[in-house]
Amino acid sequence: MKRIIHFFIIYAVWILLTWSFTLQELLAGVVISLLAELLLGDIFPYEGVKAFYPRRFFWLFCYFWVFIWAMIRANFDVAYRVLNIYLPIKPGIVKVRTKLKSDMGRTFLANSITLTPGTMSVDLVGDHLYIHWINVVSPDIQKDTEMIVAGFEKYLERIFE
Amino acid sequence: MNVFIALLILCMFMCLYRVGKGPTAPDRTVAIDIMGILMVGFCAIFSIMMKKDLYMNIGISWALLNFIGTLALAKYLEGRGFDE
Amino acid sequence: MNEFVGYVLLSVGVAFDLFGCIGLVRLPDVYNRLQAATKCATLGTAMILLSVFFFTGFGPITIKALLCIWFILITSPTAAHAISRAAHRSGIRLWEGSYIDKYAEDREGKEDKA
Repeated sequence: MKRIIHFFIIYAVWILLTWSFTLQELLAGVVISLLAELLLGDIFPYEGVKAFYPRRFFWLFCYFWVFIWAMIRANFDVAYRVLNIYLPIKPGIVKVRTKLKSDMGRTFLANSITLTPGTMSVDLVGDHLYIHWINVVSPDIQKDTEMIVAGFEKYLERIFE
Repeated sequence: MNVFIALLILCMFMCLYRVGKGPTAPDRTVAIDIMGILMVGFCAIFSIMMKKDLYMNIGISWALLNFIGTLALAKYLEGRGFDE
Repeated sequence: MNEFVGYVLLSVGVAFDLFGCIGLVRLPDVYNRLQAATKCATLGTAMILLSVFFFTGFGPITIKALLCIWFILITSPTAAHAISRAAHRSGIRLWEGSYIDKYAEDREGKEDKA
């Protein structure tokens, strides 16, 4: 089941990439997607497929807009800091806890943290994420968790757990 | 359009400055990564000007190869094997 | 009309690219540079790619540009994460004006025990 869904995802990407509907292109796509799935299918985790269930997909859609909004704010934040003559930065690495257990959820969380205002994930050890913050407010784990992680975790919990 | 291309070339010269001067190896890696992403934008502007999707193909493959190259450099800096 | 929206998106995208590269030159250490450069270059290039849609309409170029946005949004933070971790593990310290470095504290603690 998992492998069939993977095959269709790879095939869809192939069609989008070539975007020509002659017979030989479509057949070459079938051969190459099968080959890719047979060779590399074990690496891809099952949670990635779970996001395509209808109710999870709805939350993925909501999450997408939250993420875009955070990204735009991040860019104005960086532009402000870079163009200011005095460079108003106070960098440091803080530690936060995450409740997410699945690999896919954690990957998404780390990537979203990197693209949001002033924060960038450096490493993941056990349940703790180390985050480089361009303007550290407090060194406290609990407070940092609320400020950085909580907004995304709410959605990712519903998508991937 | 020419103005945008000129600005992107200016960006690339800033990256080159960082590649040349950057005090440590990761600095240079960052600058090369950003140059790759700028190159993708360059390909997009070219495909708008020429109305051909050939340049966009180049952009996609450039983005993916750039990513793999950066990962390989990062692993090398960290001092681990490539197959981990 | 479409061309106008395309030009606006294109100029905003190029402007963000420019801010990112100014950050790359001005900021003091690897981690800060990585933050500025990665964010700005990612959104800037994504906007340039999005403006392709307004210039050429729906067709093969637009489909490829949208796929390219998706690839960039996934790959760029991962590359930033890999570089920052590699930098920290290969012993590059934060800038002197930094506030706190919990990662180094925790890692040094572990090395003392081992």
